[in-house]
Amino acid sequence: MLKMTDNQQRFSSGFDIGRLLRPFAGLAVPAGAVIAALAVGAILLGVFGANPLTGYRELFTGAFGGPDELAATALKSIPLMLVGVGICIAFRTGVINIGGEGQIIMGAILATLVALALPDVPRPILVPLVMIAGGIGGGIWGAIPGALKAYSGVNEILSTIMMNIIAGFFMSFLLEDWLIEPGAIRIQQTKRLSHNADLPILPGGTRLHLGIVVALIVAFLGYLLLFRSSLGMRLRAVGHNPHASRAAGMKVELSITQALAFSGACAGIAGAVLVFGSESHRLIGEGGPLAFTQSAGFNGIVTALFGGLHPLFTVLSSYLFGGMLAGGISLQRAVQVPQALVIALNGVVVVFVVGSLKLRTRVQRWAEGDIQMEDRA
Amino acid sequence: MNDFFTVAIITATLASGIRLAVPFLLAALGEAVGQRAGVLNLGVEGVMLIGAFAAYYTALESGSAAFGLLMGLVVGMVMGLIYAFITVVMHAEQGISGIGIYLFGLGFTDLLFQKQVGTPRPISGLQTKPFDWLADDTGRAGELLFSHTILTYVAFLLVPVIYFLITRTTFGLNVRAVGENPQAADTLGVSVNGIRTAAIVIGNTMAGLAGAALALEIGIFQQNLTAGRGFIAIALVYFGAWRPVGVMAGSLLFGIVSSTVLQLQVQDVISGSVASIANMAPAVLTVIVLVVVSRRIGQPAALTRPFTRDS
Repeated sequence: MLKMTDNQQRFSSGFDIGRLLRPFAGLAVPAGAVIAALAVGAILLGVFGANPLTGYRELFTGAFGGPDELAATALKSIPLMLVGVGICIAFRTGVINIGGEGQIIMGAILATLVALALPDVPRPILVPLVMIAGGIGGGIWGAIPGALKAYSGVNEILSTIMMNIIAGFFMSFLLEDWLIEPGAIRIQQTKRLSHNADLPILPGGTRLHLGIVVALIVAFLGYLLLFRSSLGMRLRAVGHNPHASRAAGMKVELSITQALAFSGACAGIAGAVLVFGSESHRLIGEGGPLAFTQSAGFNGIVTALFGGLHPLFTVLSSYLFGGMLAGGISLQRAVQVPQALVIALNGVVVVFVVGSLKLRTRVQRWAEGDIQMEDRA
Repeated sequence: MNDFFTVAIITATLASGIRLAVPFLLAALGEAVGQRAGVLNLGVEGVMLIGAFAAYYTALESGSAAFGLLMGLVVGMVMGLIYAFITVVMHAEQGISGIGIYLFGLGFTDLLFQKQVGTPRPISGLQTKPFDWLADDTGRAGELLFSHTILTYVAFLLVPVIYFLITRTTFGLNVRAVGENPQAADTLGVSVNGIRTAAIVIGNTMAGLAGAALALEIGIFQQNLTAGRGFIAIALVYFGAWRPVGVMAGSLLFGIVSSTVLQLQVQDVISGSVASIANMAPAVLTVIVLVVVSRRIGQPAALTRPFTRDS
């Protein structure tokens, strides 16, 4: 399990400055991880005969160079934020959710079905409705491995991976036949879904749509859930020490199921945003599940870890990683190195971040002055 | 409908199922060794992709499938050393660092493919069929058993070899000891980190070989060539309850289901949507088996736990 650095302070109510400081205190190590990953990237760029400095300048400009770039980055970051917040909830409960991919897909499917069934519902009602449907679809897909872990002891890493595979085939099952666009060439996609379900474009002249607001709301709710509610306290207590939690009278099984259900719901909403915020406004299965999810189910793990498993910091880290995805396109254009580099670097970041967790825990404890207490204990 | 149920087609389907089982089998046997030593490697998919690309690219450039296979094996070994450093030395959380390895493999091989190859160019796979001469005289059974490339026989031969290695050798005893009770093994002078590193390297080498086998079987490379096979291989270890024979049974199940579904689709017996449902079946079955297995047979006690002397 993850080594959590929660201590007793976390369970006390009321304001304490240590809580705010904690993510910053550990920031040196993940920042180091990113620098190390960028160094690996620079070597790769060099090997491919591209100037790393030019490459990274293009990546940065492509990600943050102007209003359109900032908006494109925000669009890329929405699924990462949503999945990432869900990952925070699961990991804090001590449950590893590798099933983001499947939860995104099931959320997208249920949301699509709602939009197909109720195309004439007015927009102010249909948009929230499809988002909620996405949450329910993903939530159910998370709750199943959650319940299997809690009540049958099934390793959630494996069951969530299997749930990803099942969801992928389920999407292709629906799009092969039932939901395929009538009369069109046989591409695995639905017809253009109801206009009333389109996520409205935000004012400002960019392509940015309401999905970013949805993601920020979910992140804030995730924060309230985890750190400002008794339910969240129970979840974190279970993550911290399930045996002690059980001894204290908590329903550990229920908490584990709830955690994966919430986690899946966040990913499911990401699925709905991917459908109704896309330019085609369809559910598209062509090219396989990864093409639809853009690996957000995995990349969300990266952003959540990088955000210290805190929903609000995950928003920030998701925006940064969204920038890498958006900037990757400019990088490819400028120095002819495929943007797949960014996915590879994400992997390197994960490895460096978890590889330095031992180090990070020490840095955090040192910042909190806990080391002496630790030694005495 | 009747077309499918001819002996010739059923034989061909089963034979192709055996071939499709090979990447699962190689990867899952390797993963089983690592897990018996207490290390979960969730990066199998990534290592398979890297092995697959290495084999594909080498075969493309050199024209030798065997050389490609060797390269797949070598890069798997290198990935094993890297993963051992991450998990054994740095104590990284195994489930998550495996996802990092996966993302790295996914992106890195896509990057290399686009940059070095560009458009998919086919390669000729392994042609060495050591028992081909037997297939002609022995009819259908002969086709089923003797028509495969040497790699298939090696993969299936590894089942008893790994079984013997784990249960009948000192190394295997040490592997099981560090997987069940590393503290006790350490007290007896067994190098926990050394044994775990060796087990990880064996596992990743086989994952690299599995990727190479897949690339040579399909004859091309593309982004995400493995399409989840590495993840299924991990589940197969649980499916087979950490035993080589169980792992083999699971691999054959996945292989034969895929080849049957494919054949039924080719024969127009079932539509694409039914095929999707049928392809789902092994994953559903795996979840059910996981429920049963997790009740009956415990996993290696120290699985996913990094070893420290003071814990």
